[in-house]
Amino acid sequence: MSTTTERPAPAATAAPAARPAKVRRRGESSPLVRALSHGTLTVASLIALFPVGWILFVSLGPDKTDYLHPGQILDKLTLSNYQHVLSDTDFFTWFGNALLVSGITTVFGVLLAATTGYAVSRMKFPGHKPLMWSLLVTQMFPIAVLIVPMYTMLSELGLLDSYTGLILVYSTTTVPYCAWLLKGYFDTIPVEIDEAGRVDGLSPFGTFWRLVLPLARPGLAVAAFYSFLTYWAEVPFASTFMLSSDKYTLAVGLQTFVSEHDAQWNLMAATAVLIAIPSAAFFYLVQRHLVTGLTAGASKS
Amino acid sequence: MSVAVQGATGKGSREREQRPSLRERVKRSYAKHWYAYAMIAPVVLVLGALVIYPLVEGVWLTLTDANSLNVARKIGVNEIPASYNFVGFHNYADILWGPGSYDRFWSHFVWTIAWTAVCVFLHYSLGLGLALLLNKKLRGRAAYRMLLILPWAVPTFVTVFSWRLMLADGGVVNGILSALHLPEPGWLTDPWAQKAAAILVNTWAGVPFMMISLLGGLQSIPAELYEAAEMDGATPWQRFRHVTMPGLRAVSSTVVLLGVIWTFNQFNVIFLLFGTGAPDAQLLVTWAYRLGFGQIPRDYAQSAAYGVILLSILIVFTAFYRRWLARNEQANG
Repeated sequence: MSTTTERPAPAATAAPAARPAKVRRRGESSPLVRALSHGTLTVASLIALFPVGWILFVSLGPDKTDYLHPGQILDKLTLSNYQHVLSDTDFFTWFGNALLVSGITTVFGVLLAATTGYAVSRMKFPGHKPLMWSLLVTQMFPIAVLIVPMYTMLSELGLLDSYTGLILVYSTTTVPYCAWLLKGYFDTIPVEIDEAGRVDGLSPFGTFWRLVLPLARPGLAVAAFYSFLTYWAEVPFASTFMLSSDKYTLAVGLQTFVSEHDAQWNLMAATAVLIAIPSAAFFYLVQRHLVTGLTAGASKS
Repeated sequence: MSVAVQGATGKGSREREQRPSLRERVKRSYAKHWYAYAMIAPVVLVLGALVIYPLVEGVWLTLTDANSLNVARKIGVNEIPASYNFVGFHNYADILWGPGSYDRFWSHFVWTIAWTAVCVFLHYSLGLGLALLLNKKLRGRAAYRMLLILPWAVPTFVTVFSWRLMLADGGVVNGILSALHLPEPGWLTDPWAQKAAAILVNTWAGVPFMMISLLGGLQSIPAELYEAAEMDGATPWQRFRHVTMPGLRAVSSTVVLLGVIWTFNQFNVIFLLFGTGAPDAQLLVTWAYRLGFGQIPRDYAQSAAYGVILLSILIVFTAFYRRWLARNEQANG
């Protein structure tokens, strides 16, 4: 994967005027550069694809050491791992738990963050700057600084090993980040829209709810995607705070799975593939918005 | 009841008035800004209850000798009260210059810094390279983008697990290396190879975010700038240097900051790749987790102290980084 990339080759200006048919339009490159670009992108795509494809492949081999002899898997492709995981384990319980926790965290986080993002984007008020700073600083919290006090706090409140507790914990990082991301997105929506709404007699809440929020859908989609993906298969908090096996989320459930079955890699691979499916599906639903949504957040904050 | 829209009124009126009493000011501020306060209230509450309160509690823990044997806990029906003591800054002193502090802290510190620098550099340069390619008019651009984003679409948990299978002794990576007659390092066992493996996996996982962010940044650079540069006879390199890079400055400064923060605190890659083994490859953050939850008795106080030290490092870095950015901004107009 080379980083020295080809810049667009000198275009129209360099070409002699006598051969107008050969003049390349702006942004088009010479065949050589194009071939090199395609080559680089193909190699990069293969590198990006390979580990994901690999685990899919390994999950089709029936024995736990098959990943060491990939050649043999081809001869005995089977879905037995999936069958085992789906019918003989608590997979669906874990799946439901993970969906519940990450789903509620996503909705909660994006809803809470949206109004704040709007407020810091549009209004000037005392405390504006400190708020922006604390949203940023919260991003820096290493898990070690919060996990211990959170643990003691939740155990005092009796929220250890409960969905509520885990959702609260997840909110600590997702809410500030989403607010930050959405602030950047709201910045790209012209203020004139708000002013027009205000002139037409909408309250600030009405403006936000009826005019700005619908326009901010790409930003919301990205924020939702970020939260969901982060918590769908989150390990450290979930494995520390969820103690009973009927409360495990997928990532935690899978961990116990290893010790119980003494590292049956094939089953783990199958479970991992099953875990990846919902997030990849969600991902491709929002990916249309990803470029605009993210950079708006990045460029304006 | 005016709500100050950005760029609208607000400044002029305040300057004209004499400073009223505090009570009066609070009242007026409330009347004027209550919409804003109502809108930020949920987040402020969440931050206060779930971040600031635990943070204060965490800082307090670092000044004690709390561990899992002396905190308040329940065994069956018996409630055992907390019995840990205040020890002042002993934990910090012990971490930073106590006996064995090199092995416990400084070696991880150096590795964490090196890891952050190398990973962010690779993320950024590879991400920028791919973004520049994707920004060109190429056939199949959308398909490339979909594929290149894949490492980000699949949870880290899954991809790191896949890497673990690939990097294992006798796994596919070493299989390919041996087919090429290259040395086959023990990626998951040898200290140096572990570090290389961790950087490799984290780079693989982190490039898409940079790529997509920078691609968005590239697309927001007006095409007229390139046309103008071309008219003036700028070479491709000059266009890159004087149009593309300045145009990306805002996006770059943000994603690099986020990248540094996230990489510095990167927990998943190390934890999932090596578990709590591999003492040499543990970053400060995974090391702190190991002290707090990966051993018995759990050393809550030291673990939290590591956390506070990490946070302080990041805050100091961010403050300097932002000052540096501001100075650059001035210098470059």
